[in-house]
Amino acid sequence: MVNENLVKDVVKEPYKYGFVTDIETEKIEKGLNEDIIKLISQKKEEPKFLLDFRLKAFKKWQKMKEPDWAALGYKKIDYQDIIYYSAPKQKEKISSLDEVDPKLLETFDKLGIPLTEQKKLTNVAVDAVFDSVSIATTFREELAEHGVIFCSISEAVKNHADLIEKYLGTVVPASDNYFAALNSAVFSDGSFVYIPKGVTCPMDLSSYFRINSGDSGQFERTLIIAEESSSVSYLEGCTAPMFDTNTLHAAVVELIVLDDASIKYSTVQNWYAGDEEGVGGIFNFVTKRGKCLGKRSKISWSQVETGSAITWKYPSCLLLGEESVGEFYSVALTNNLQQADTGTKMIHIGPKTKSTIVSKGISAGNSKNSYRGLVKMGTKATGSRNYSQCDSMLIGDQASANTFPYIKSQQPNSEIEHEASTCRISEDQLFYLQSRGIEFEEAVSMMVSGFCRDVFNQLPMEFAAEADKLLALKLEGSVG
Amino acid sequence: MQSKMKESDPILEVENLSASTDNLPILKGVSLTVYPGEIHAIMGRNGCGKSTLSKIIAGHPSYNITNGDIKFLGENINSLEPEERSQSGIFLGFQYPIEIPGVSNLEFLRVSTNARRKFLNKEELDTFDFEELVKEKLEIVKMDHAFLSRSVNQGFSGGEKKRNEILQMALLEPKIAILDETDSGLDIDALRIVASGIKKISSAQTGIILITHYQRLLDEIKPNYVHVMSDGQIIKTGESDLALELEEKGYEWTDNFIKET
Repeated sequence: MVNENLVKDVVKEPYKYGFVTDIETEKIEKGLNEDIIKLISQKKEEPKFLLDFRLKAFKKWQKMKEPDWAALGYKKIDYQDIIYYSAPKQKEKISSLDEVDPKLLETFDKLGIPLTEQKKLTNVAVDAVFDSVSIATTFREELAEHGVIFCSISEAVKNHADLIEKYLGTVVPASDNYFAALNSAVFSDGSFVYIPKGVTCPMDLSSYFRINSGDSGQFERTLIIAEESSSVSYLEGCTAPMFDTNTLHAAVVELIVLDDASIKYSTVQNWYAGDEEGVGGIFNFVTKRGKCLGKRSKISWSQVETGSAITWKYPSCLLLGEESVGEFYSVALTNNLQQADTGTKMIHIGPKTKSTIVSKGISAGNSKNSYRGLVKMGTKATGSRNYSQCDSMLIGDQASANTFPYIKSQQPNSEIEHEASTCRISEDQLFYLQSRGIEFEEAVSMMVSGFCRDVFNQLPMEFAAEADKLLALKLEGSVG
Repeated sequence: MQSKMKESDPILEVENLSASTDNLPILKGVSLTVYPGEIHAIMGRNGCGKSTLSKIIAGHPSYNITNGDIKFLGENINSLEPEERSQSGIFLGFQYPIEIPGVSNLEFLRVSTNARRKFLNKEELDTFDFEELVKEKLEIVKMDHAFLSRSVNQGFSGGEKKRNEILQMALLEPKIAILDETDSGLDIDALRIVASGIKKISSAQTGIILITHYQRLLDEIKPNYVHVMSDGQIIKTGESDLALELEEKGYEWTDNFIKET
């Protein structure tokens, strides 16, 4: 009985980041074949091992089939109609930010990520990625004093080839899945983080991914290594212009955590979601996985997924080390014709491992929002525990929510707990808040943030405020 | 006494109000006028339209006004949003206060209070100043500070929910409060607390409508008028002794009034 029109109005989404930066770009021709891969590798002046890694992945990808098990419906992607490398034209070697095209700096300024020395954020180091390349990374010297390496993955390939060769593809092998194989073949840029033994990273690290070009895909690759007893908090943000075509984004993120180390990885994903009729928007197919290799290693994923036409994403933890801990906190908001199939995999391999899953899905408009998760207890995972809580909130009566929890246990001496709920913002709740002087829009947004509270509490402070604002913005519209 | 009250303008005027939900008529021509300082009781069987009347005055979107007017301080409010009515000083105490998971009671109370303060051109309160104010108001309903950190009404007992309603009334300082079966589900002690709270909050400038089934609330808060509702109409109006008579004779007695009319 909720006044449908009011709810429809309130979930109308204005997208603030839909502008295009008019900049000269260097693009290679459309299509995907061995020559294209060689060309990408050559442009990035890569060592042979990496070219081999790419070509092997490409061979595997050719033999694989695009997965169709997710609760997603979309037009078939033509992989030959995509540009696999697009970079803004700039000087060969950039030695300082002064040489970066002011248009690029302006773009990141507009996105709220100032990069210049005078304006840069003071409490967080940023790696800014524009289409296929990293533009700048702030606070590098300061971080280097602590032995922390934070740079683009392209640079890491040049300067820290040993680490790349040792770890790349060890968490998400090229053959892992269709999109991971594609990424392994054509990945362009992304971030690399190395935290040495015993170091607590002195500030949060952040990557900001910006898609600017309409016809090229973005294939970022991120690798984070936390050595023994180290810790880092890493944040990731993403936006894209409004195009009426779909852009493919297929990323791979790998985390390696050793004894007593921890990585907290937070994402606010706000790729362009398409318009109200479902035209345009990013196809977001992402493989994120971390390995808790050591004793008491810890990985915590938190994500706020609000954008993209299609989201296919399952940040996962392989809990190998004894007493290692995996966490997944997720808010996924879909509106209009957006579709999200997202969740996690917690693979308990070592003994006394622990995992927590808290997932909050909000579906509005005609959207489709599914939680899909796997909790697996291996034969050696004695004394291990999992707790999962998956809640869905429906706004209006056209949206749908699904929960697909998969549980596999080969270890009787382990505990798995799963709770799920579905709720609807009821007319009575809205009336109650309104009858206390609270405007309709604010009432909806209060209830949505209340619903997400458990997850927001896990986000780094500035991110939590941003996420709250972002959800409110997504649900903003003209009332009555 | 009464004539003196009526020298001032009425707070609320319900004029020949008819309303329906899903094309089903619920109210069939209700008239009611409340002057400052007055306490009105509305009694009647379940389903007679008492709660509907209170919800319509507060602006519930499920009901359509098919005829008549509601005036607040002389202005027609038929088309005002519920939040506008609240901000301007109409308060509805819910029979069944709604649970809002995840929304902290303190934050809810603060946002609500500030919405009213903004309307009154008073300074909005930050968290610290609001804490001070709410501490003082908690005294009125003898509620523990711990209630504030919980989610709105979630897991509250029946009595706690009702006290939370009166706390909201105390914070919002309405011109008129309509209290829908605020006494139901309360034990004797809680009833006393709630009743004395209502008395403390009300003044010679405010009006109160008590919707109740029971005399015991009216023993604590003596009404100036008692109205008996049946089938969407007010069928009898009297002074406080009408409630006593009703308690004694039951609603069957009132059925005769319908036959008479």
